[in-house]
Amino acid sequence: MSSWPSAQEAKVLGKRVTRLSGVDKVTGRAKYTYDIRLPGLLYGKILRCPYASAKILSVDTSKAEALPGVRAVVVVDENKTCRFVGDEVAAVAATSTDIAEDAIRLIEVEYDIGNYVVDEQTSMKPGAPKVHEDRENVRPGGVNEQGSIDDAFAEAAVTLEATYSTQVQTHMCLETHGHVVEWDGESMTVWASTQAVFGVRGSLADHFELPADQVRVITEHMGGGFGSKFGPGVEGVLAARLAKEAEAPVKLMLDRKEEFLAVGNRPSAIAEIRAAASKDGRLLAMDMKTYGTGGASGGAGFPLPYVYTVNNRRRQHSDVFINAGNARAMRAPGHPQASFIMESMMDELAYELGMDPLEFRRRNDPNEVRQGQYTVGAREIGWHRRNRNPREMKGTLRRGIGMGCGLWGGGGGKGTQARCTIHSDGTVEVVTGTQDLGTGIRTAIAIVAAEGLGLAPEQIHVRIGDSQPGLPSGGSGGSTTTASVTPVIKTAVDKARVQLLQWVAEEMEVEATALTVGDGKIFLADDLSRNLSWKEATSLLGTDMIVTEGEWDSNLRQSGVAGVQFAEVEVDLQTGQIQPIRIVAVQDCGLVVNRLTAESQVYSGVIQGLSWALLEDRIMDPSTGLMINPDMEYYKVTGSLDMPDIQVIMYDTHRKVTGLGEPPVIPTAGAIANAVFNATGLRFRSIPITPDKVLTAYKEANA
Amino acid sequence: MKTFEYITPETIDEALELLGEGAQILAGGTDLLGEMKRGLATPKRLINLKGIQGLADIRSIPDGFLTIGSLATLSHLAEHPLVAQHYPLLIEALQRTASPQIRNIATVGGNLCQRPRCWYYRHSAFPCIRKHGEGCFAMGGQDRYHAIFGGHRCFIVHPSDLAPALMALDAEVRIAHADDSRIVPLTDFFVGPRDSLTQENILTRQEILTAIRIPVPPDNAYGTYLKVSERKATDFALASVAVSIAWLDTQVTHARVVLGGVAPVPWRVKQVEEMLIGDELSGKRIERACERAVDDATPLRHNRYKVALVKGLLRKALHAAHRSREKGEK
Repeated sequence: MSSWPSAQEAKVLGKRVTRLSGVDKVTGRAKYTYDIRLPGLLYGKILRCPYASAKILSVDTSKAEALPGVRAVVVVDENKTCRFVGDEVAAVAATSTDIAEDAIRLIEVEYDIGNYVVDEQTSMKPGAPKVHEDRENVRPGGVNEQGSIDDAFAEAAVTLEATYSTQVQTHMCLETHGHVVEWDGESMTVWASTQAVFGVRGSLADHFELPADQVRVITEHMGGGFGSKFGPGVEGVLAARLAKEAEAPVKLMLDRKEEFLAVGNRPSAIAEIRAAASKDGRLLAMDMKTYGTGGASGGAGFPLPYVYTVNNRRRQHSDVFINAGNARAMRAPGHPQASFIMESMMDELAYELGMDPLEFRRRNDPNEVRQGQYTVGAREIGWHRRNRNPREMKGTLRRGIGMGCGLWGGGGGKGTQARCTIHSDGTVEVVTGTQDLGTGIRTAIAIVAAEGLGLAPEQIHVRIGDSQPGLPSGGSGGSTTTASVTPVIKTAVDKARVQLLQWVAEEMEVEATALTVGDGKIFLADDLSRNLSWKEATSLLGTDMIVTEGEWDSNLRQSGVAGVQFAEVEVDLQTGQIQPIRIVAVQDCGLVVNRLTAESQVYSGVIQGLSWALLEDRIMDPSTGLMINPDMEYYKVTGSLDMPDIQVIMYDTHRKVTGLGEPPVIPTAGAIANAVFNATGLRFRSIPITPDKVLTAYKEANA
Repeated sequence: MKTFEYITPETIDEALELLGEGAQILAGGTDLLGEMKRGLATPKRLINLKGIQGLADIRSIPDGFLTIGSLATLSHLAEHPLVAQHYPLLIEALQRTASPQIRNIATVGGNLCQRPRCWYYRHSAFPCIRKHGEGCFAMGGQDRYHAIFGGHRCFIVHPSDLAPALMALDAEVRIAHADDSRIVPLTDFFVGPRDSLTQENILTRQEILTAIRIPVPPDNAYGTYLKVSERKATDFALASVAVSIAWLDTQVTHARVVLGGVAPVPWRVKQVEEMLIGDELSGKRIERACERAVDDATPLRHNRYKVALVKGLLRKALHAAHRSREKGEK
């Protein structure tokens, strides 16, 4: 069993280290899948169904095949039933993207167009068009019940009956989904924009019935996944089929519209809640009917009552199918929805009770870490400045403060193999099959190796994002990458260090245990003047080299994090605009490996949460079944000028690695909505809270 | 993508000769290229105006006008010293337009001639009336960004920030034609859906917008442009207001009030201008002006909020004008 160095001992672990790939990225030298060019490369394009519900009767590709420049045409499935606008029908590879686009227009598809439904409410009604012929639109889950709802309501001081809802959000990866595929006989090389190199390898090997080692997947850099890029998807399989058929490499990158329609989203959530609380501020009971849509076949679950203790509760959740693109995992699946719903409800109950909303949460939250975070966050935001009577505020420019909470796992697990090699010229190579989703694992690996060898992170050659070395690692999901990968790196590096010290010990004629590393040297611990530089030490290897493999060490990581956010907003009741002024994010993540990128994760979570709270929305047109805003003009994502002052507080509670990618996105929307209430007395039970809603609510409140 | 002919003439006369069926004018291209990529514009010939000498010039001429060549970029205009000196209202409008990257490319002429941003119009799968199709999908559909004034079978809003500001400054446009050129007040340049369902201004296929002229504003004039959009940059107005007001002592002698983002054309509210002239800009009068501005609003199902928004913006603008005058007195 191994352990991480203490904060006092650590030289680079937990410090602010700029990304090893940072300069390459900002100078454009970093090669993403989009940038891959190969001799004879063809360009792929997918024909997508223009109808929300249609059975394919026939596909005639002859005209497309006859177009000069077209090299391959493949059909997804001649008998497919398409269940949303954007469902894949066929694909073309051609010598240019323009020709490929022209070619897909020449494919003649005969459809049997069916009826469709694109919103949850309509889908749930009797007689609504069925999304699937063989099942109902509503998939009800079982009823979970504990305690006695009726008894609890009977003794309640306050009760609340409300419906909360959150909208569908799409991932908005800056780099769209896509692959470049090149076959060489019965083996293929795939450049993939993926968050799971080995996941893509396994899926493609399965699909084409190839031995796994005949598929090589490379992801040197990738431009975001947020949960939507775990496998090759239909588009990756199509790219590989086209390349095989054309006997030439094919690049198939999706465009922005396809991203909105077909490669995932965060499902909606609707919660009809009856809740009861006691006079002394205990949450007594919750009676919940919840549902949501993950599209044509995706689930839409979310955890309730989330972080709070409720002894008497009843819940039934249903997934509702509609004719829209399917959900995929998205940054903390289910949790932002749950947090918005619970935090809004808790806030309402607290005001009903006439109790400080923070105190009400404290009384119902069993988590000790969050109890500490409440104190820190309240102090930093100036919680005492909040409005005591939000409904009685005057003036048209109003400020208010609100809060929200979250939890996550992120403990990582087995499944990563890694190798550390020390060459006699001093080069240190660390290799594993993980991928940098954008969170900075490449740099984290270098930090861990540098810490173990007494070097600087930039002296470590980190090789990731390639299945070829045959050192697997899991997909980057569940905030598990750092916690899964770094323990294995550490054990590999520790072994390598022990071996190197052995060589040095023989040379210096001392015991290896008497030696230590640091500042690029190997020292005798008791006599620092006796040392060898790193290069002198490694030159002892001669023609040999040190090669070690890492092992999983569960003691180096831990699961479970807590987070709290406080928001201050300013609401202009003449224009309906909400300007977040300040957000304080108190986030626990165990041992911080790289403080710079850890903070970046929190910033980005807050930004994405804020964008969801105030802007982002997939808007469907009920009459045509089309998404009205499949572009970045009308699917609005927050920009730099909209940013509040964001204060990140890393709340370190232990020295074991825990993941951090997802949890910071969870509490933001609830904190903002509650701040809006505190500012204006207007309660928004659904998001996004756009100016039209603010103006409408203000007018109604003053009618 | 459809292939097309691409020509860069060196004079306006040459450009005029190249006009005709299937020809379209290319200036900055920030709007046209988007239209072409979506198949909304399918020109057979693109006439690139960027090769014409002097068409991007901004200069003052002896008769007191500022003349802006239609090819001047929005950045160039925003940075021009004469604009800073006489027309701060324009700078406010330009700073709220799109993003710095777009402003570096987009031209003043192109901005005035841009096509609507209605999401049904821009979406290639909706064959709306403005694309020679049938009906308006916003009617009975998702209409929250649409017009509360001047709609008729089509409920687009004019997306420009610059146009209301220029209109509040009594700008005129110069239009070149092979036979004769003409100068038209900007108020007469835009065309609403009652007059045309497929074009938004008076330019014929034989004409090119070559310049915009703005007179020197009256003495003691104050101008401001206020805009509300859902995000601060790269977003079109939910509503905007351009106001230009001048005083003699405390009495308003000149008033222009033009709304953006609420009607198919920049929406000048003359009834408000008239009631402001000849009196003090008191709080009470401002309230009445705000009510008056939305008198003839006819909101759709989901855009009634724009009525409150117009009132809120106008109230802010008029109070700012009032404060500025009081400050000037001291």
